[in-house]
This record gives sequence, structure tokens and C-alpha cells, in this order.
Amino acid sequence: MADTVRLTIDGQEVTVPAGSTLLQAAQAAGREVPTLCYHEALTPPGLCRLCVVEVDGARTLQAACVTEARDGAVVHTRSPRVERARRTTLAMLASATNLDEAPQLQAYLQDYAADPAAFGPVARREYPLIDDNPMYVRDYSQCVLCWRCVQACATDAQYVFALTFAGRGFHTRISTAYGVSMPESPCVFCGQCVAVCPTGALKPRRTFLLEQGYTPEQLAHYAAVDHDAVHPPATHYAGQV
Amino acid sequence: MSSASASPTLDQLLAPYMGQGRTMLLPALHAVQQAQGHIGFEAATAIARALDVPVADVFGVVEFYALFSAEPRGQHTIRVCHGPVCRAHGADQVAQALSAHLGVAEGETTPDGQWTLERFPCLGLCEHAPAVLVDDRAVAPADPAHPEAVLHPTPEDEPKPVVGGSVRVLTAWEDPTQPRSLRAYRAAGGYRALEQNLPAEEIVARVKASGLFGRGGAAFPTGLKWQFAAQAPAQPKYVVVNADESEPGTFKDRALLEADPHAVLEGALLAARAIAAEKIYIYLRGEYGRAYRILQRALHEARDAGFVGPQAGVEVEIRRGAGAYVCGEETALFESIEGKRGFPRLKPPYPTTHGLFGRPTVINNVETLAAVPFIVREGPDAYRAWGTDESPGPKLFPVSGDVARPGVYEAPFGITLGELLELAGGPRGEVQAILLGGAAGFFVGPDALQVPLTLEDLRAAGLALGSAAVMVFNTQRDLRQVLLDVAHFFAEESCGKCYPCQLGTQRQYELLQRIFAGRAQPQDLALLDDVGWTMTDASLCGLGQTAANAVLSAKRLWPHLFEAGSEDA
Ligand SMILES: Cc1cc2nc3c(=O)[nH]c(=O)nc-3n(C[C@H](O)[C@H](O)[C@H](O)COP(=O)(O)O)c2cc1C
Ligand code: SF4
Ligand code: SF4
Repeated sequence: MADTVRLTIDGQEVTVPAGSTLLQAAQAAGREVPTLCYHEALTPPGLCRLCVVEVDGARTLQAACVTEARDGAVVHTRSPRVERARRTTLAMLASATNLDEAPQLQAYLQDYAADPAAFGPVARREYPLIDDNPMYVRDYSQCVLCWRCVQACATDAQYVFALTFAGRGFHTRISTAYGVSMPESPCVFCGQCVAVCPTGALKPRRTFLLEQGYTPEQLAHYAAVDHDAVHPPATHYAGQV
Repeated sequence: MSSASASPTLDQLLAPYMGQGRTMLLPALHAVQQAQGHIGFEAATAIARALDVPVADVFGVVEFYALFSAEPRGQHTIRVCHGPVCRAHGADQVAQALSAHLGVAEGETTPDGQWTLERFPCLGLCEHAPAVLVDDRAVAPADPAHPEAVLHPTPEDEPKPVVGGSVRVLTAWEDPTQPRSLRAYRAAGGYRALEQNLPAEEIVARVKASGLFGRGGAAFPTGLKWQFAAQAPAQPKYVVVNADESEPGTFKDRALLEADPHAVLEGALLAARAIAAEKIYIYLRGEYGRAYRILQRALHEARDAGFVGPQAGVEVEIRRGAGAYVCGEETALFESIEGKRGFPRLKPPYPTTHGLFGRPTVINNVETLAAVPFIVREGPDAYRAWGTDESPGPKLFPVSGDVARPGVYEAPFGITLGELLELAGGPRGEVQAILLGGAAGFFVGPDALQVPLTLEDLRAAGLALGSAAVMVFNTQRDLRQVLLDVAHFFAEESCGKCYPCQLGTQRQYELLQRIFAGRAQPQDLALLDDVGWTMTDASLCGLGQTAANAVLSAKRLWPHLFEAGSEDA
């Protein structure tokens, strides 16, 4: 078996190691392909479909992050079909979820001229902020359901299995078993989920409190009187559970 | 209450599954759901311990399946079908009558904790519309004038298959209302194909030569699939019978399972022999209570006769689904048997090399397998006596809606749509629209009655055979409501894994609601196209890829339905 494959990406011939993905091949050709759920350290779930590309002869668009680059393939990374799928997917996502703290997604929205407002008044995924442990807060109104936190907590890294999915379809949400608080769950507060989260859905509690206007000195003061870490008055921010 | 009649403890309920691992998760959840009316935290924790599964994952699975509930429910659950055909045939009146009778709204439980009333996306009883399921007993047609009778179905009331046709090969039995016994099946030549003890290659060769292709929707050549699995080096191998049939308008597999369970079993046993599999799983739609009881009995008979069991070298296990249309998708179905949420997997790799438990697997539709005994016994040429070169053989068509005799009709490929409707007694009223191929199929108008039903003719017409469902709507029916019901079905059944479908099924439904209510925004029709094409082109699995077919085809055929100011068109 040859150890390289040759393919055409947007009219340009590239040679990549056999077994490369179309995403890697596109990058080798200097083409930018947007990704969201893809994370180098995790099993690619291939679910956000932002990286879809058009491959001649294929019935549907292919997710570049999980599709193998085949010898002789002819690939288009920004054809009209690709543009439409990315633009629509991004607009639908932003019409459902608060992406204010996801700069990369904001850039994609601009790049593809995606207009979430066009959908008008539609159902959004809005949930109260969950502040139930000293380490991090969870704001699932910002969750894009990329699966990264669940994967990191499970077999991709920690084998802790604190997180799963509740609901299904549009109403899918990340949850602990029966929605118990993080301290009641098997969570070991390793912070892996926070590290891989691509949006503001998971964030260190300290960052969150600083955003809320607390000064580092105030936080140090609270930490000194309460060894659980910081417990500023709950009334200070809205939406606490 | 005496201890004998006391409800079983969790330990007792879980004893049969103890230590058997994650694959027994759905069976264990069924047991607890049935006994306790829901699966609470304590039960989930016990199940997690018994099967060595994280409790979060138990919860995730409970949340995925419509027949499981994490919250307490009534002693009995009443599910009123809201599929497109039931909706067009009085589902709303039934729901209202039950609601008034019980004094609860949909989604509520009576104060005495007896009854929970729910609407359900589809029950697979379209030929008996409107349908209701009370626990695991079906009542159809349900009479809104007698809600009390609906609540207390007897086995005699259970709807039975209605079967007819112009040929009787798959339906060569006499009485569709009774399961054909092992004795009767054998008297008609049944199990002879298996008893011939043909070499595996010969079985594959006959199936290949017959031209049989899959009846589950994807129309993949069956013999080729078996050959791939037979050639795959890994062991063990599995055969899976896809009996999840959950596509609105589709009820042909139920007819086969209830009337001729041994034909399905023999087909699966031949598949197992062809690929050297020692284990067969039958994944049966959770709502199919009667089919489950019949299949269990047939399996018993087959075991007693020595066709199944250690001496036969092959085991058969029935697994019940739990209310998720997507679990009919082959890889989601594997996940479900493995005790997980029914999230479809990425393909490749394909099931013939990496299927159930990551092993080479043949998965086939019920009807596909039921055709196999005839093919192996009588030979490929006998089978090719029907149909066309590219679409050989006889085929089952579930016909529902506005025809005189809704039911399952067997006819050779090549019959026209119009001739098929005549088999079903002809249209009732004037045909306005036909949804061809199930909810995932395409709308056609009366001008399509001339189309011969073959793969090649349908492809040429830009249509697809799909599940071969034929849903007929006459000029009295509100097509907008039908479209809303279809769109709602997909929004309810999207698994939520990939973005185009998770978001698109919801937005498609919302856009249609707005457009049909005369509240459309100027850009809504263009958005409907964008959403539809994005689902079709970019979704991960066939559910999302077909979720816009009905809507987009209706929009092409009847643009006026989508225009403002034509509410009474
Ligand atoms: C959303 C979805 C639902 C499906 N449901 C069923 C089903 O209920 N029964 C079935 O046999 N195939 C169903 N299929 C098709 C299966 O994935 C698979 O192609 C089939 O079981 C293969 O068997 P066959 O080759 O005999 O048709 C479904 C596919 C999708 C995408
Ligand atoms: S919380 Fe973050 S990491 Fe987890 S699914 Fe949501 S966006 Fe992804
Ligand atoms: S297309 Fe729909 S059902 Fe299929 S994986 Fe995507 S979200 Fe799930």
C-alpha cells in the first residue's frame, strides 16, 4: 500500500500521508476549514458538521475531521453547497444558544454571513446558571452540545463519568445523573471539562466572580474566612440556582 | 396485601440481569419501569451497581427513550398516537375524550395515580387509525364516544394485521389474525431451507442471485452484505433482525411478525448460517406488545424443535426497543443493544466489519429476512418470476389513510401506485396527496398514480421507495396539518447528536407553524429551504438526511400551501 495519497482540494493537488483526514489534507493545502466539536485530544464525534466539505461523487457533504483522504479525491471546501450548510448551521446554532463568549464562533458567523436574527422569535435553549461547587460554574445557555466535556470526563481522559445527556433532540442538555449537584456527583474537580469547553458554558468560578465585578482582594478575603473557597453573597448575580 | 402479591423489590427485579454488564441495561430498565412506573434515582443506582454502568449513563439512557421515565408516572400510561394518519383520522377527538373522561390534560396524571395521559409521535398502527396504546396493549381504532372502553382493552380487542395482495409469497398464510404455528409453517415447506444444511457459500450465492435487496429503506443488496460479513475475519459475528419499525405509515413488519414469526426466524437462522454467526438478536419495537408475545412463543417452539439452542449452535435473543425512531438506524440500534443512548455512529466503518459490539454483523429488516426461506428453498429463479430485473420479487406495501381497506398488500415490484390503491379497495374520496415511503418519503399528487413501484422507476421520478409506506390523503384532509405532524415527528425523534438535524428539525417545525398560521416573515420560505437542504446534505445519519423530504416535496408541488393569505386554499 502506498504510504501517501494524492488528492485535489479546491483545484490544488496535495500529497498527504495515507490515513490522513480531509481536514488534515485541507490544512496541508492551506485551506481553512471551520471546526467546533473537533479537539485534538479527544475522539472526534463528527457531530457539529461545520467542517463539511463537498467530495465529487459523494451523495452528501462529508465531515472533513472524520473522513479519510482518498487517492484521487476531488474536494471542494467552499462550494455553494458547503457555504449554505455552514451558514445555516451557524445561524441556527446562534439562534438557539448564547455564543457571546465564543469568539471563534463569532468569527465564523461573520465569515459565513450567518444571520441568526433571520429566524425571528424561536425557541432558545436558556437555562439558569448553576453555581454549585467552589471550582467552576456551569451556564448551559452557552452550551453548544459539542460533547467535549462528557468525553473528557469519561473514556477520553478521566473515567469519572460524572456527566451525561438529558433530553434528546433540540432539548438535549448536559447533566449529572438526575441533575444532582456537582459535589454530589462522582466529579473529582479535575477541571478537564472546563479546559476543553469551547464556549463560556464551563468556566472557573474565580473567573466568573471577577467578571461579576469582584476584585482579587475581595476574593482573597472571602477565601480567608471561608475555606471552601469563595462564597460571595449570592444576591450579587442573577439567575443563581 | 399478602407478600405474594407485594410488588417485587429492586433486588428481585434486577436478579436476572445481575453481573451481565451494560448490554442488559434496556431489559433492566424495562423491568423497573414496568414494576415501579418510573426509574428513580435509587433504582438507577441499583441498576448501575448491578450492571457495572456509571449511574450518570443510566440516567442518560432513561432520558433518551420515550417509554422510560425518570419522573413518577401513573400506574398505567395511555399513549394517543399523533402520527400523520391518526391525526387525520380523529386522534385529537380521542385525546380530548380521554382527557375529559379522566379529568386531566395531556401530560398529566390522575390524582389517584392511576392514569397518565400522553400524546405519542407514532404507534405503528396506521391501518387502524386512530390508535391508542394502554401500557403495552393497543386499542385501535379507538372510539372517542367510549373512552372507558379505550382504557380497558382486552386481548380480543387488540388490532390484528389486515393483509391482502395480488400475490401471496411472503403472505402465503391463511389467517393473518392468528400467528402461523410451527406445525402449519412446516407443513407449508417452512424450515426445509434450513434443514437442507446447505454450505454457507451456497446460501449466499442463492440470495445474491435472487437480487434481493434490503426492505428497511436503504435497498442495499442483501447477498452482498452477507458476503462481506462472511469474509470479515473477526469473531464472533452477529445477525441482527431490525424489527424496530417506527416510521409513520409503516406497519408491514408487524404484520409479518404477528402472522408468520417462523418465516422471520428461519430467515435469520439462514443468515446466521451464511456468515457463521452464533448469536441472533431481534430488536423489536418497544410499542409492539402483541408481536412481542407472539415472537416469544414462536422462539419457544423453534427451540423445542431444535432449530435454536446449543445443539443447533445458534442462540436467539429478543430485545425490546423503548420508544426511539432513530434506533431503527442500524448503528443506533447497535448502541441500544449495547445499553447506550441511541446515537448513530459515524460510518465507515460499516456493520459488516464493525457492527454490534464492534464485530462483523449482518443487520436486516424483518421483510428482507422473511423472503430468504423461499429464495433458498425454491431457488433464485422462482423468486425472480416476480418484479423486474433491477427490482425482483414480491414486496409488501403498507397502505393507510383514505383507502377503503387500509392494510398490508403484497404485490410484485412494478405494480403502479394506482393499482396498489385498488388492491386496498380503492381511494376513499378524491386523492389529494400521497406520502410515499413513510414520513421520510416524498409527497406525490394524483398524477403519480401511473408510476410503477420499482427502484428504477422511482429513482427516475426523483422519488424513493423508502419503507414502501403509502399514506393516502383525500381532498377533505388538511395537508398543512399533515406537514406539521411530519415535521413535529422529526423534531421529537431527532437524537440530538449532529447540529443540522438537532437544530434543523426544530426550526423546520417552527417555520412551518409560522407560515401556516399566516405569520410568516418575508425570509421564512427561503429559510425553510436552507434548513431543509442543510439537514439533507450535512446531517450525520439518515434521519436528518430525510427529515425535509416531505416538506420540500410538498413545497415544490403545492407552493400555494406555503403562501400567505391562502389559509383556506
Ligand atoms: C432513522 C432511520 C430509521 C430506520 N428504521 C428502520 C427500521 O425501523 N427498520 C429497518 O429495517 N430499517 C430501518 N432503517 C434502515 C437501517 O438503518 C438499515 O439500513 C436496515 O435495517 C438494513 O436492513 P435491510 O438491508 O434488510 O434493509 C432506518 C434507517 C434510519 C436512518
Ligand atoms: S458544556 Fe462546553 S464542553 Fe460541554 S458540551 Fe457544552 S459547550 Fe461542549
Ligand atoms: S441526523 Fe438527526 S438523528 Fe441522525 S445523528 Fe444527526 S441528530 Fe441524530
